[in-house]
Amino acid sequence: MDSLLEKYLGVIEATRDKRGAQAIPLLRDADVSKLLAAHHPDYRKEAYRPIAFGPNAGEQTVHELAALLEADSPLVAKPANLSRVDYEVDVLVLGGGGAGATAALKAREAGASVLVATKLRLGDSNTVMAEGGIQVAIKEDDSPVQHFVDAMHGGHYENDPRLLKVMVEDGPFAINWLDSLGVLFDRDDDGNLKVKKGGGTSRARLLACKDYTGLDMMRVLKDSVLNEDSIRIIEFAPAIELLTDAEGTVTGAVLQNLDVDQRIVVRAKSVVMATGGIGRLHIQNFPTSNHFGATGDALPLCYRVGARLAFPGTFQYHPTGAIYPEQMAGLLVTEAIRSGGAHLVNKNGERFVNEMEARDVVCAAIIRECAEGRGVTTPFGRQGVWLDIPVIDVVNGTGVVKRRYPGMLRKYERHGINISTQPVLIYPTLHYQNGGVAIGTDGQTAIAGLYVAGEASGGLHGTNRLMGNSLLDIIVFGSRAGLAAARRAKEVAFGELGTKHLEAFHKQMAKAGVKPTRTSPLMLPDYVRRPEAEAAG
Amino acid sequence: MSAETDTKLIAVEIMGKQYHVPDGMTVIGTMWYTGHNIIRGVGCLGGVCGACSTVYRTKDDFALKVGLGCQMKVEDGMSFFMTPFYPAAKPNYKVQEIEKPKEELFRYFPEALNCRNCNACNKVCPQDIDIKGAVKDAVKGDFAASADKVLSCVMCGLCVSRCIAEMAPNMIALYARRTYSVFYATKHERLDQQMEKITGGEWNAEWENILALDTAGLKEYCKARR
Repeated sequence: MDSLLEKYLGVIEATRDKRGAQAIPLLRDADVSKLLAAHHPDYRKEAYRPIAFGPNAGEQTVHELAALLEADSPLVAKPANLSRVDYEVDVLVLGGGGAGATAALKAREAGASVLVATKLRLGDSNTVMAEGGIQVAIKEDDSPVQHFVDAMHGGHYENDPRLLKVMVEDGPFAINWLDSLGVLFDRDDDGNLKVKKGGGTSRARLLACKDYTGLDMMRVLKDSVLNEDSIRIIEFAPAIELLTDAEGTVTGAVLQNLDVDQRIVVRAKSVVMATGGIGRLHIQNFPTSNHFGATGDALPLCYRVGARLAFPGTFQYHPTGAIYPEQMAGLLVTEAIRSGGAHLVNKNGERFVNEMEARDVVCAAIIRECAEGRGVTTPFGRQGVWLDIPVIDVVNGTGVVKRRYPGMLRKYERHGINISTQPVLIYPTLHYQNGGVAIGTDGQTAIAGLYVAGEASGGLHGTNRLMGNSLLDIIVFGSRAGLAAARRAKEVAFGELGTKHLEAFHKQMAKAGVKPTRTSPLMLPDYVRRPEAEAAG
Repeated sequence: MSAETDTKLIAVEIMGKQYHVPDGMTVIGTMWYTGHNIIRGVGCLGGVCGACSTVYRTKDDFALKVGLGCQMKVEDGMSFFMTPFYPAAKPNYKVQEIEKPKEELFRYFPEALNCRNCNACNKVCPQDIDIKGAVKDAVKGDFAASADKVLSCVMCGLCVSRCIAEMAPNMIALYARRTYSVFYATKHERLDQQMEKITGGEWNAEWENILALDTAGLKEYCKARR
């Protein structure tokens, strides 16, 4: 890299003034469509195929997800003993990230008994990694309506307007709740909450805790859950199948204890699925910014009980994933750095897109530069473009990068790169599942007893989520799903535990001629090298 | 990828067994490369969740060191193991029920006064936080300073493992940060005003109008306002 940087530093520094003076207008709609169709991964036909059966039969999705949806339940090969119930609770929350923790706290507040089951530890999630901020309309020149307008536009007008209205209107209340728990958002000099501008928005409305926003939120939410004696938590115990009664109502779940080979049977009046996204499937071989457990478990689990998915074919590739050094590949370089004034620069020292375009547009533009030979290749064969971060200090004064982006600075410092003075190489990284299980405004699905919140759900963000709308999503819909799940628990009795839904699933599978060769959910990605198995072929 | 074959191999020791691995990998990458299937010890893989605490020694150095396994590169002669779990105690409190945060600090964390200035917590912190300072600030009642120091804390608990006064410095600092936010940070009129407006139905008519639009109408509406 040193030689790489040496080779390019000259051209990057020499072109800085010229680039700074350059105004790149936002693309017109027609040009956006053209760019996306030519270069965005969501438009690569060979990466997609129709789903063979089930509620979304015939709809296109990526091969990786289709395979998960059409896979069999692990209970087929090894049935669970449903007569021995390990836990009986009003509300079972699956997932221990921001949405799950919020749902658990709200359900508890509403008087429900709550069990949280999570694949890794409570708090190990994409939430904790969110850097940039949380969008909420609080300034005088802003309104929930304006927030709605921006998110609609960013989502290509595919968003479910009812869900979006709820999110933007609940936004200020969500912030107030986080504040009451002790999340410490950055303040302005006048003491008010400080707002920054994010990509694709017409107003500055990002609240942040410097570039550790998700970390502060998750730390506080986790601590709050731990401080509730009555919320029970089982870590390292992901769900492997939902349980249903004769009517198809969700009545519980089977968990897999990852420490010892045992199943855990939970009976619940409501189940809140908050198991997050899918990045660890490495769709189209992209690196990912997601945490280790992000294998999209909610999608096959909910699909098997008959829930429909909204936009199962759209994913967000974050424009600026690190590609060098190799150990950082896939990790995010916060978008706040682009909104702070950093330039995207190709190997010729040219800017090639307005850095404040929506994520999918910037992403497609970077892929275009590399595809057309204007990218830079790392020693490990990865292609990317430069993100000229030092220009922020050149324009605003020395020390601004260090003050605003301490987290980013630290991550690169560990590998001997000082982002205050050195540009970094980036390429899009698989970041977010835009779609997910279709929900209503309380996180309810078409299946009684089943609620979904956060990244696992779909519809709210259309086909492209804007920066800062995910942290808001998880609080607003985590909260609504938790409350709705608790309300339901007051009204219904515990149901029978069964797997009748699998009979229907298998019928559809047979009719479609699919013979399952694997099971889902995936649970954990497998990065373990097995040279002997490889040698054996 | 291609460069891997050209990279020189280094010798590392995992839980007492020696392995040869390409130079330049992280601790977790090395675990996978050597065939270890780790479940406890991997979290965000981005250096912010604190799941991957690793205890290690380097060549010719007797000192035991710790770091985050997803961030730290292995080096020739290094010996390490990953700690799957640390059974730290934690007092329960509800921020909403606290009345006098500075006094109650000592109710929940009486040991906070016992710091013996050994600096072990600061030396061990993978985030380079002045955690000792943060505890001292909290004890002095300067919650603002304490809160500021621990923004980047990933709650890995390594400071707890080293504290000779048997305290949980990260928990003390988290208490200070949370209560600082709730009790002492400036309040925000703008947020209150916005909530009032929403509760008062300020945009209700507008919403009715918006939700009645078809997709084409919605598109036109939004574009006109951007």
